[in-house]
Amino acid sequence: MKIKLKKRLKGYKGDFILDVDISIRKGSFITIFGRSGAGKTTLLKMLAGLLKPDEGFIEVSGKVWYDSTMGIDLPPQKRRVGVVFQDYALFPNMTVEENILYGMEKKDEDLLEMLLSLTELKELRKRKPQSLSGGQKQRVALARAVARKPDILLLDEPLSALDIDMRKKLQEELQMIHRTFSLTTFLISHDFSEVFRLSDKVFVMENGKIIKEGRPDQIFVQERISGKVRFSGEILQINREDVVYIVSVLVGNNIIKVVADPDEVQDLSVGDKVVVASKAFNPFILKSE
Amino acid sequence: MGADFVQTLFLTFKLATLTTIILFFIGLPVAYLLAFYNFRLKSVVETFVSLPLVLPPTVLGFYLIIFFSPDSFVGKFLEETAGIRLVFTFEGILLGSIIYSLPFMVHPLQSGFSSVNRSIIEASYTLGKGKLQTLWKVILPNMKQAVLTGIVLTFAHTIGEFGVVLMIGGSIPGETKVASIAIYEEVEALNYGRANLYALVLFVITFAILIVVYTLNKRFTKAENL
Repeated sequence: MKIKLKKRLKGYKGDFILDVDISIRKGSFITIFGRSGAGKTTLLKMLAGLLKPDEGFIEVSGKVWYDSTMGIDLPPQKRRVGVVFQDYALFPNMTVEENILYGMEKKDEDLLEMLLSLTELKELRKRKPQSLSGGQKQRVALARAVARKPDILLLDEPLSALDIDMRKKLQEELQMIHRTFSLTTFLISHDFSEVFRLSDKVFVMENGKIIKEGRPDQIFVQERISGKVRFSGEILQINREDVVYIVSVLVGNNIIKVVADPDEVQDLSVGDKVVVASKAFNPFILKSE
Repeated sequence: MGADFVQTLFLTFKLATLTTIILFFIGLPVAYLLAFYNFRLKSVVETFVSLPLVLPPTVLGFYLIIFFSPDSFVGKFLEETAGIRLVFTFEGILLGSIIYSLPFMVHPLQSGFSSVNRSIIEASYTLGKGKLQTLWKVILPNMKQAVLTGIVLTFAHTIGEFGVVLMIGGSIPGETKVASIAIYEEVEALNYGRANLYALVLFVITFAILIVVYTLNKRFTKAENL
């Protein structure tokens, strides 16, 4: 699968060019990682055929979906994609079951039952989307996207609106579906733990360009610090206390407080991505729960 | 009273019903185009659609007469090739009504189209469904309120129309004499009782239609907010 796309975009900090050139192994789980406004959703929409690139080339499982030099541009209907939208985009006029069936080319009762049980929606099949919780809507959207038996599955920050427990559960379901249907999956995310848990390969996107690619551990753990314990996180707060500073760092869902001297704090600011590492001590491991 | 009273009312509702049905199928593509596409001359199209809102009905009626009179090129052509005469006939007031009520169908549908969440439309496309299927299965069922408003406004507006019908149709019983014209004629002849009868029937029927619409609308809104 080859993707090579260019498009001029209007960002909130001025125009920039989205310029992506990646190739992906069939069946892999890919994450596009980056902050909002980097062009992630745009890339996804261009893959789905909902947005026209300025120039480029898309080839999926030997078929050309888009080629600006040849004038090929398959409409979304002809591309075998399953998309899970950020706002789920369920059809309010249809029940859970009807939403999933709508995605199928031919009515396939067995596939419907399989999807309903995979996503634990059997009891809710006759309900309308309005009466479902966020996690349940998410599952319907996922089942509907897969119902078409797509070549690639595109997920636009599908889990960002859910709470931790629900997220974990859905991540597992996602992985199961990815394997069961041997899909090539594209996940857009800005959640470290999600990326770590799910993806085979990460592309880090910034201002429309892929600036890094590799396995999640290669990308997020900086090799130059040879610490025994290290966490990636984000600075939430820097407080001065007497002669030292207390830096609060968000790691996953925990806040770690680190003592720092004024020199260290100088080039740190709130919102920075940092690595918290410890060399000298062996940490305790205690079983929780 | 009696036969011609019923005839006039029947004609009025026949005109309103036909106008509404035809306009629904004309208004749908026009509103769809205006809501989802940008093209050159879009403002010109929008202006033409809205023109009947501000133009005096008599002006519209006048131009229709000029345009379709058997002496004019178009009128002559229609009569010679298709045998259709549009001046002082039911077909004529039907055409007049369609043009005159166009904005009352197009505007609600257009804002209905714009109110439908873009991503459910895109979702339908990525699920392999074409534009027509998406329109019937996804877009229209999720803008019932707008569809209902367009239909009812068009119907009610056609019942209440006067100027255009009078200009192009005159007042031929059973052919072009609708209730609003009948009321005017009865008042002119000082037959207040009969005028009142027409007026009362129109009042009661339109009231009933509107109350049904508002009740339904309330239910749609509730369903959407669940």
